[in-house]
Amino acid sequence: MTHIDGSDQRGAKPRQTLSTLLYSKSFRTAVTQVVMAAVVIFIGLFLYQNVVENLRAQNIATGFGFLEQTSQFDIGEKMITYSARDSYGRAFVVGLLNTLSVSAAGIFLATLIGFTVGISRISSNWLLSKVATGYVEIVRNIPVILQVIFWSVLLRNLPNARNAVEVYGVGFLTNRGLTFAVPATHPIHSTMGIALVAGIVLAILGSIWARRHRESTGTYVNMLWPSIGLVIGLPVLAWLFGGAPTAISYPVQKGFNFQGGVTISPEFTALLIGIALYASGFIAEIVRAGLQATPKGQIEAARSMGFRPWFVTRYVVLPQALRVIVPPLTSQYVSLIKNSSIAVVVGYPDLVNIGNTVMNQTGQAVEAIAVMMLVYLTISLITSTFMNFYNRLVAIKER
Amino acid sequence: MSNIIAQTQSPSPSPSPSPSPSQRLDQGPMIKLRDVSKWYGHFQVLHDVSLDVRKGERVVICGPSGSGKSTLIRCINRLEEHQKGEIIVNGIEMTDNVKNIEKIRRNIGMVFQSFNLFPHLNVLDNLTIGPMLVRHMKKKDAEELAMQFLEKVRIPEQAQKYPLQLSGGQQQRVAIARSLCMQPEIMLFDEPTSALDPEMIKEVLDTMIELADSGMTMICVTHEMGFARTVADNVILMADGKTVESGTPEEFFGNPKNPRTRLFLEQILKH
Repeated sequence: MTHIDGSDQRGAKPRQTLSTLLYSKSFRTAVTQVVMAAVVIFIGLFLYQNVVENLRAQNIATGFGFLEQTSQFDIGEKMITYSARDSYGRAFVVGLLNTLSVSAAGIFLATLIGFTVGISRISSNWLLSKVATGYVEIVRNIPVILQVIFWSVLLRNLPNARNAVEVYGVGFLTNRGLTFAVPATHPIHSTMGIALVAGIVLAILGSIWARRHRESTGTYVNMLWPSIGLVIGLPVLAWLFGGAPTAISYPVQKGFNFQGGVTISPEFTALLIGIALYASGFIAEIVRAGLQATPKGQIEAARSMGFRPWFVTRYVVLPQALRVIVPPLTSQYVSLIKNSSIAVVVGYPDLVNIGNTVMNQTGQAVEAIAVMMLVYLTISLITSTFMNFYNRLVAIKER
Repeated sequence: MSNIIAQTQSPSPSPSPSPSPSQRLDQGPMIKLRDVSKWYGHFQVLHDVSLDVRKGERVVICGPSGSGKSTLIRCINRLEEHQKGEIIVNGIEMTDNVKNIEKIRRNIGMVFQSFNLFPHLNVLDNLTIGPMLVRHMKKKDAEELAMQFLEKVRIPEQAQKYPLQLSGGQQQRVAIARSLCMQPEIMLFDEPTSALDPEMIKEVLDTMIELADSGMTMICVTHEMGFARTVADNVILMADGKTVESGTPEEFFGNPKNPRTRLFLEQILKH
């Protein structure tokens, strides 16, 4: 052994010639890197020069100064105060908030439907599993843009306010959206919101306590019903202490529209249903795959030790399924957020829709697009960072 | 249905002469199978199998693959449902009563061919989760018990490792320890050494022999004829869902009555 090592070292030193350098892998890698970087920089500079010259030739301003200018257009749906006298920057924020609200509602709805359908797909109930399979095949095999248009057309063909379809005394379906009764605004509502958050926090603390209690005394405490009680009960208590206000703001027909109550626009609804159902089909498949990825032997081992069915699910199947479910679920969430830009086709004022208007009015296409891209990139990266963090929590140690 | 049963003339073994009613309470078999039959669709896997296992008895079941031997022991803790006949464990009849099934399962440990350790839990947690959730043990007590059994299978130093970090033989010994932590009165082994490399088979068999020496009631499905010869009180050959031969190792290996047994022994002992 020492002989071979020695001769190798002796041979390596004098061979530091030009040909060794040219044939060395590390040298070639370095050269390729430098050449690639040069090419990229050159193309970038060329494009930038080109854009700047063209814009100057057409007398179009560059830079982000336009964000301060007055927008001079109004937006139908907004979560913050906004009028035509506000700036383009504020219009972008309105669009961003609309994108976030439809995405958040979409993720919630898609997750709820997706998990339900995914679990139904592996149900032993023949009818349930076939219905779930049919649902998945339909929603994920029709392009999402068609689905959004379909819901939009459906909602727009509802009768007008005069002939509104009444839904069991809670609201009305019209071509201007779903209008329904809500409790009249009352100061106790904010207290109830705080009570709800407190209920959720207490429920989490309670389940941590239950685990500690089980480990130290051996007694299992089922925290399902106490948790539900806390989350629902605390807001109800707050409501009772606030004098139990029962005033309700009913929608009343006035002219061509309704007054009172709350209206969800058909644009929002169509977009929400379209992107949420589309994503729910994929999520259902992800959930099914995750649940089926837990080998049958695992369940048999737990059952042979006398585990109750709920314990088998909670302590054996779920921890292993989540590990398989979370990474693809992340990309579904990110994809749903990006799909919300389909808002353009149904006229919902999301970020892209407003960005288009801004682009048309100012002519500053590059900057408007840059703003939109940056915003989507940021949202998506935040989402995947959060999900990656969660994924690390549920990962399995193999080595 | 009645046709199939009429055609089957299983030489049902009766290892112990049926005791008088007064004796039955204290001397009766711990596990009693009477004419157990099971079908997968139209295919009958078990034909009127009867079997008695007394407390402390070691039974080895062997037979060609597909003979129903795994199905039989999986019926004893209801991982498979039998459709005819009766299974009585510790005086409790196995029906679809969930409470009874759980009561019976708590008394029976099972070791699988593919170990089936929980990969998301480390070795110690694999051993403590059952006692904690099913037997309502305190974590501290469950961990003490777990370490005791890890010592017994000679791998206490692996307690903090995850199953996939261990060798096959070590995993199977952890699996045996996990079953023992439930403090069962009966242990079922479903081909515990079939998925192991040859050099690991011995360490698992040694563990099983020690367990047998401690007086555990055991039913083992295995092809390890050496183990059967040294440990078993009763060796059973199954073929086509029937018990073909049953007897002490001396009878079974020395003087098999059924030509099917002779054929099986010839094939398995050829190499």
